[in-house]
Amino acid sequence: MNQSRSGYPVNQDSIRQEPRLLAAGPDAGWARHLDTFGQWEPQAAGPGLLEVLAESGLTGRGGAAFETWRKATATAGTGRKGLFAARPVVIANGAEGEPLSFKDRTLLAHAPHLVIDGLTALAAALGQTGGRTSSQAGAGGTSMYVYAPAASLARVKQALGERPGGRKIRVVQAPETFISGESSAVVNMIENGTALPTDQRRRLSESGLNGRPTLVVNVETLAQVALIARYGAQWFRQAGTATDPGTRLVSVSGPAPTRDVVLEVPGGVQLSAVLKEAGMDPGSLSAVLVGGYHGRWVRPADHALTPAGAPGRAVRPGAGVIHALDLQTCGIQETARILNYLAGQSARQCGPCMFGLPAMASVLNRIAGGETNPRLGSELDRLGRLVSGRGACRHPEGTTGMVSSALDVFAADFRAHLSGYCTGPGGVAA
Amino acid sequence: MKTYLHIDWTSCDGRGLCSELLPAVLDRDDWGYPVARGKVGRDRTDVPLRDADRDAAQEAVFLCPRLALSLVERAAPEAGQRTPGRTPGR
Repeated sequence: MNQSRSGYPVNQDSIRQEPRLLAAGPDAGWARHLDTFGQWEPQAAGPGLLEVLAESGLTGRGGAAFETWRKATATAGTGRKGLFAARPVVIANGAEGEPLSFKDRTLLAHAPHLVIDGLTALAAALGQTGGRTSSQAGAGGTSMYVYAPAASLARVKQALGERPGGRKIRVVQAPETFISGESSAVVNMIENGTALPTDQRRRLSESGLNGRPTLVVNVETLAQVALIARYGAQWFRQAGTATDPGTRLVSVSGPAPTRDVVLEVPGGVQLSAVLKEAGMDPGSLSAVLVGGYHGRWVRPADHALTPAGAPGRAVRPGAGVIHALDLQTCGIQETARILNYLAGQSARQCGPCMFGLPAMASVLNRIAGGETNPRLGSELDRLGRLVSGRGACRHPEGTTGMVSSALDVFAADFRAHLSGYCTGPGGVAA
Repeated sequence: MKTYLHIDWTSCDGRGLCSELLPAVLDRDDWGYPVARGKVGRDRTDVPLRDADRDAAQEAVFLCPRLALSLVERAAPEAGQRTPGRTPGR
């Protein structure tokens, strides 16, 4: 496979995607960034940027795949209301608490300037849309933050130091917890130093950081914004499909000897093509976890990787995590391991999550450990339905969704376990 | 506009007063926390109320010892409308 030093695919037959986000190559500094993408003023994108984003069809790359222009317009709209228009806040979210995700830290390491370009362009667009003069040069008075884990911060600070106006952007360290990147947890961390989700009677777009309209955007989404602001919506749409335009980064991992790799893939790509590109044979895999710990288990064949599509034919990329399981590993034990982790990552603020997820984990551990009580399956299902939709954030439903996909994909293994044997060699004795 | 009973799960401690005052709306789970009857998804955090349940809901809001309940008036969402991300993990 033809690869650059960063492990980034340069040109491949199966996916045929020229690098966009990492086109400047590994560890791109300010000079190489400008050489590759050209001189450009983020402020020049102006209020028209939101319309260009709408034409582009860009969706968030942090997990929820919400349309970026809608989210930005909601924040711009509330900033305009009232006698004393509140200055908006834009936060670049580089928190990547997901253990199987590494595409955001890869992007921040190699292309920090593209992320910062997107942040300043969006901040300028919001500042100008809000009817404020751009006398406060750059972002029109919009406050800008980069929120990222310790490992990425040095690189971000270096990049901010290299570019004009970079000192206006504040940097906040994200803790290494699963929920530290949830949008209200991001705001809470910056405001109070506590990276826990908060109850939201009002949306962050209306009242976020210090009561100001706040936009929390995943770093890859911002890098995509920077490219769209430079090259336009039609250029963006040259990759991907009509319903899932552009490209996305995916963090691909799998059984040894598969090397963890970040790939840039077009929207609507076949999951099997991505697995092949990462050096795996889809036929030698039992299942693939797509979207991460809040994603879904699917069989490797016949799924397109896209946020919208028929279930069974399409699987949502979520935060861009693809993790393959070989035929020798027991899917139930693997799911139990993940559920144990997620139960431990509850913020312990909301009762249904604090009690419900450990209860689910306990039942799944009993199944994985070989207990043959046939009621355990329905009990797991009942607990999942009990906790879902009840919490300040979506940790309960994200977790139960993953578990329910395991009940589906590993249905035969569940039946085997509940009858006293495990189909995988690492499992219960036959 | 429609009225919703908003449950602040970070404050709720499962004391159960609300489920006693609003038996038609709220049940209790294994751990004593309120469960919106017959609702799915986020309707179990922002529980849509019938007019008949409004007064009892207002009383529950006043009496909740944890101040975990509030009434929210907002336009009913259109079918299929999604709200921006509250997805943890990133």
